[in-house]
Amino acid sequence: MEEKKTYLDQNRAPIYEALQRFREMRVVPFDVPGHKHGRGNPELTAFLGQQCVAVDVNSMKPLDNLCHPISVIREAEELAAEAFGAAAAFLMVGGTTSSVQSMVLSTCKRGDKIILPRNVHRSVINALVLCGAIPVYVNPEVDPRLGISLGMRREQVEKAIAEHPDAVAVLVNNPTYYGVCSDLRAIVKMAHKAGMYCLADEAHGTHFYFGDGMPVSAMEAGADMASVSMHKSGGSLTQSSLLLVGEKINPRYVRQIINLTQTTSGSYLLMSSLDISRRNLAQRGREVFAKVSAMADYAREEINEIGGYYAFGRELINGNSVFDFDPTKLSIHTRDIGLAGIEVYDILRDEYDIQIEFGDIGNILAYLSIGDRPQELERLVSALAEIRRRYQKDGSGLLNQEYIDPEVVASPQEAFYAQKESLPLLESVGRVCSEFVMCYPPGIPILAPGERITKDILDYILYAKEKGCSMTGPEDPDILHLNVLV
Amino acid sequence: MELWFSEFHTPDVKHSMRVTRHYYSKKSEYQQIDIFETPEFGKVLALDGNVMLTERDEFIYDEMITHVPMAVHPHIEDVLVIGAGDGGVVRELARYDQVKRIDLVEMDPDVVDACRTYLPENASRLNDSRVHIYYDNALRYIRRCTNQYDLIIVDSTDPFGPSEGYFTREFYGICYNALREDGIMVNQQGSPFYSHDAEAMKRSHMRIVTTFPISRVYQAHIPTYAAGYWLFGFASKKYHPIDDLDAEKWLSLNLGTKYYTTKLHVGAFYLPAFLEKMLQEVE
Repeated sequence: MEEKKTYLDQNRAPIYEALQRFREMRVVPFDVPGHKHGRGNPELTAFLGQQCVAVDVNSMKPLDNLCHPISVIREAEELAAEAFGAAAAFLMVGGTTSSVQSMVLSTCKRGDKIILPRNVHRSVINALVLCGAIPVYVNPEVDPRLGISLGMRREQVEKAIAEHPDAVAVLVNNPTYYGVCSDLRAIVKMAHKAGMYCLADEAHGTHFYFGDGMPVSAMEAGADMASVSMHKSGGSLTQSSLLLVGEKINPRYVRQIINLTQTTSGSYLLMSSLDISRRNLAQRGREVFAKVSAMADYAREEINEIGGYYAFGRELINGNSVFDFDPTKLSIHTRDIGLAGIEVYDILRDEYDIQIEFGDIGNILAYLSIGDRPQELERLVSALAEIRRRYQKDGSGLLNQEYIDPEVVASPQEAFYAQKESLPLLESVGRVCSEFVMCYPPGIPILAPGERITKDILDYILYAKEKGCSMTGPEDPDILHLNVLV
Repeated sequence: MELWFSEFHTPDVKHSMRVTRHYYSKKSEYQQIDIFETPEFGKVLALDGNVMLTERDEFIYDEMITHVPMAVHPHIEDVLVIGAGDGGVVRELARYDQVKRIDLVEMDPDVVDACRTYLPENASRLNDSRVHIYYDNALRYIRRCTNQYDLIIVDSTDPFGPSEGYFTREFYGICYNALREDGIMVNQQGSPFYSHDAEAMKRSHMRIVTTFPISRVYQAHIPTYAAGYWLFGFASKKYHPIDDLDAEKWLSLNLGTKYYTTKLHVGAFYLPAFLEKMLQEVE
């Protein structure tokens, strides 16, 4: 990849610099927050540190205002836009959920159709509940051995566009939680040809903008908007995120959309973390992600050498439903040692003090990033070898995770706000669900509002519960009842 | 000139030695390595500012971690030593003719090089033909081994630095797997005195107890370590550290140790009441 040309000085971090100046000015605070640089809450200050609470401050002239940036926040956003190759960028403080919702709300109105894969994050369908858009699902292909949803095939997207020419946007996961990428360039072209926007959920793709040998990033592929979880692979604080937009999108309108739901007290801890992380990525991203990729490659080799496990990678690439694969993702198939992914996930935490990102029915995902060191990887690999030695059993009784094709009966918004009743789980077959059911993580809905409940779906929910998946979504926290349309 | 080396045993307690000469100082890929001369303790090796050994009291540690298992297991031939780049444990092991192979896995080649140059007494037997040195991460090395060692000696630094991985359940598990069916693992188990050390000691003891059928702790007095009071773990698949001690056979070897005796061997497993209670909590 060619070195990106930059015109701005990526060594600068305007918000961070402004906070440093602010600290030196020793301004007397007669404004919020009431902890007043930490003095009013000594326990919190002792816990988080004076450095940290002293910059937990309110918007003010020298620090700009996230709702209407004109100085340092604006500069930070311009630097971010340049670093990510976007026409404009927005610092987000409500998580990538808020970025995803802003993408959907910026492009879809009530009744508009949006084409998307069913294995989206709940935040996408939440946005449909908010705005009343109608989902047109493209069934992702499922890898029969791994039981994971892959990307969207080009033909499927083409078919969906042809069948729904009135749709306004196509949304793509770039990549999925497991690291699978669709053919984003081709999908962008198809969408644009049909007059639709192309949106990318890049919650797991920050590093695509800074690594060599990475899958194509949404902005480079020509997508119109992208939601980038800087706090995942980018190293910023939890809940900070970036929304990127391309040339075809009016950034002023996007700002208005963001301000519909965003706090008016944007956290300077989160914003400065975005600013510093962007600078770090611009300066050292390439080097850092080359290291992360090399660690993931090493771990894959070592884990596959143990036997029984399958740590999958670029060999899955098939030119279509797996157009590319994120080399930093360490996803491991566990069914062949006779354990569900969630069981391995639990054993790693309970017995080996190793916390991984998630486990589902057949796989686990260990998240590697900017902060990892080889010695911890050795622990993970050794613990997996031990789990195999101690727990390996016949896996024939394990359920294979299969994609269940949803039947959308009502729009998510209609279903969410409709008259509903609560039914015991097993009596809900055939009814239309009004709420979400998902394992979290990964947060991909098994049922979304407006979808028909089938026996297959209930079997899957019961199995996931039995294996110890952490289920969320329904009003009933024990998931013994479901809300269905009357 | 007053030049003092201090090591913090807790944030509020430090142990200091006067330094007369600084022989070696290097930041290796893994840690800060220093070797210096002190009037009372002779040459001192410190890693990341923690005393690993002094010429004056290293014999206590090296003898107690080596001769206890050697006097119990009747036919130790293949030994794996983790860490111990200074060579002290290897020197003690090399005194046994029955030992056929000593594999030493040390992650940091700079430690071995520095000790060869400045602590030749300790490193004297690293060139023995039975010794094979592997510069590798021990977890990575051991998980490839199954059923091939009679004894594993874990001579690591404390559990808060680069050796943290050697106090984990996965580490003890792969050691178990690398040992023959009557194998023994001995490890340095830290100190039970200061609370921070005691918590780490309890955690690692708990992990060993759940991995090996026989797991006992024994003690020694080591002046330059925290509180001057140190523990070792004896984990075994078959042999009991006291019931299976063959004192007669060991005495017939006539090794002439400075600290270890077969009587002390038995006594070292009799622990003070507070420590017994601490261990029972996690057993």
